[in-house]
Amino acid sequence: MKITVASGKGGTGKTTVAVNFFLSVPKISLLDCDVEEPNSNLFLHNDLEKVKDVTIPVPVIDEQKCEHCGKCADFCNYNALAALPQKVMVFSDLCHGCGGCSLVCPNDAISETGRSIGDIERSFSGKFHTGLLNIGEAMASPLIKELKTYAGENTVIMDAPPGTACPMITTVEDTDYCILVTEPTPFGLNDLKLAAEVVREMKIPAGVIINRAGVGDGGVEEYCHQTGLPIIMEIPYDRRIAVAYSEGIPFVETMPQWKEKFLQMFETIKEAVR
Amino acid sequence: MRQLTVISGKGGTGKTTLTSSFAALAENATIADCDVDAANMHLLLQPEIIKTYDFTALPTAVIHPEQCTGCGICVDHCRFGAIKEGFEIDPYICEGCGVCEYVCPVDAVTMEYNKCGEAYESKTRFGPLVHAKLGIGEEAGGKLVTLVREIAEEVAQKNNCDTIIIDGPPGTGCSVIAALTGVDIALVVTEPTVAGIHDLKRVIEVAEHFDIPSLVCINKSDINDSKRREIETFCTQKGIRIAGEIPYDTTPTEAMVKGKTIVEYTDNSFAKCVIEVWEKVKEEMGS
Ligand code: SF4
Ligand code: SF4
Repeated sequence: MKITVASGKGGTGKTTVAVNFFLSVPKISLLDCDVEEPNSNLFLHNDLEKVKDVTIPVPVIDEQKCEHCGKCADFCNYNALAALPQKVMVFSDLCHGCGGCSLVCPNDAISETGRSIGDIERSFSGKFHTGLLNIGEAMASPLIKELKTYAGENTVIMDAPPGTACPMITTVEDTDYCILVTEPTPFGLNDLKLAAEVVREMKIPAGVIINRAGVGDGGVEEYCHQTGLPIIMEIPYDRRIAVAYSEGIPFVETMPQWKEKFLQMFETIKEAVR
Repeated sequence: MRQLTVISGKGGTGKTTLTSSFAALAENATIADCDVDAANMHLLLQPEIIKTYDFTALPTAVIHPEQCTGCGICVDHCRFGAIKEGFEIDPYICEGCGVCEYVCPVDAVTMEYNKCGEAYESKTRFGPLVHAKLGIGEEAGGKLVTLVREIAEEVAQKNNCDTIIIDGPPGTGCSVIAALTGVDIALVVTEPTVAGIHDLKRVIEVAEHFDIPSLVCINKSDINDSKRREIETFCTQKGIRIAGEIPYDTTPTEAMVKGKTIVEYTDNSFAKCVIEVWEKVKEEMGS
């Protein structure tokens, strides 16, 4: 079973939930798909080994064969090629690796080479994998897709990137259940609505975890009741949790009674997926 | 015209709280909410939209079943795995490259451009605001950020504003890059936590990569003293100035529930910290 932890927005406690869930439930693994800012291991403190350098294919122009017809640049929807009268320039940062340019080239002047976009690393136990996008790199989705191939057979939790754009969709795509983490405030509600819309449209069963429960107004609860989104856990506003978080300590380690709650929540999720 | 981008590496560090207060404090600024993926500024500034711009980025492939012979050539060529059983395109996965259209022997594929977001020019009680909404699951957030910034520049010129204050998106990816390029200064909001420091370092690297000078503001500064000092040491080593510190407090949430910016909601010590940060930022921008 694949469970994604998402939220319309960052900073709502996604990583906190993913990590504490991972530590509470036996025989599951964790993928940190928030490849722009992978933070899970800051709480797990695993030694990591690199398992893969993820690349995407980008074009290389053979100037010997190129006649500067410009067909490749015309075809490219990402403006990754510019055909000048004497030379074709490749802006590989913009390339999505679709391979269209080499298909359309009438002179067979385009071959491809791999451009590194980031790494996949894993813990020695093999139960935790994380992607790390290179600085200045915009292509998060191919890295996430590759990372997801390390999910394994058992239950896996995936820490999704914030927002509702393509990296988040890539993570949520084909998962069995989605946990939406939010805060009980107007900002939280606004972001929750966006995320809920995604999972509804993708027809993925979902439940809400309210983090820092008690701080805001009742808007989130009301929305959940109205739309039939179950609230599967509430984590109270508690300075002790905030302090543990700041030190990089998962709160189930300082408050072990919470492991039981995560286990119960796991049962609820299994029910919902069945 | 000076441009400031407020970024954070990670969401939820209080970026919008700060930026909205800057909007209230700035005398002559245009505000641009470039957190297009999950824009929140409108909840505090209650904009009155005066102009809407459609945003179209990449097309999506559509296979017309009447024409399709089921040969599967498109499936073999789509590198993104976007063509599902029954030769249907999954619009979330399709990257709009057009390869399937090109290879289809019977012209059964067309590329269709759909609106995938909107940008707005608005009036608020603090002056002009440019903001946007990206369609769910759309990529090209970076392009929409660029559109917001272009509109903001026009609007600022029209209104004789001397400053553009940009609320940036979280992360270090394409949207952040689009929100940062060419601005005069980046204000990085961080918090003294393990994750906060990690993200701060990454986002500072991005700013350095694009040669943007940065300033740091430490939010929730009293939650962890040793981590706070770690941030200070890091900034000193990097030669980055700290614009101020803001304590862990319920004021932002209370103000948010009321739909107000901090500086309108109260004049307590918390608000004073925010004002102080703004003064430092102004000083650094040379205005
Ligand atoms: S346009 Fe490109 S990504 Fe989309 S279905 Fe066709 S080949 Fe695949
Ligand atoms: S290449 Fe054209 S005809 Fe062949 S399966 Fe794809 S859409 Fe149908």
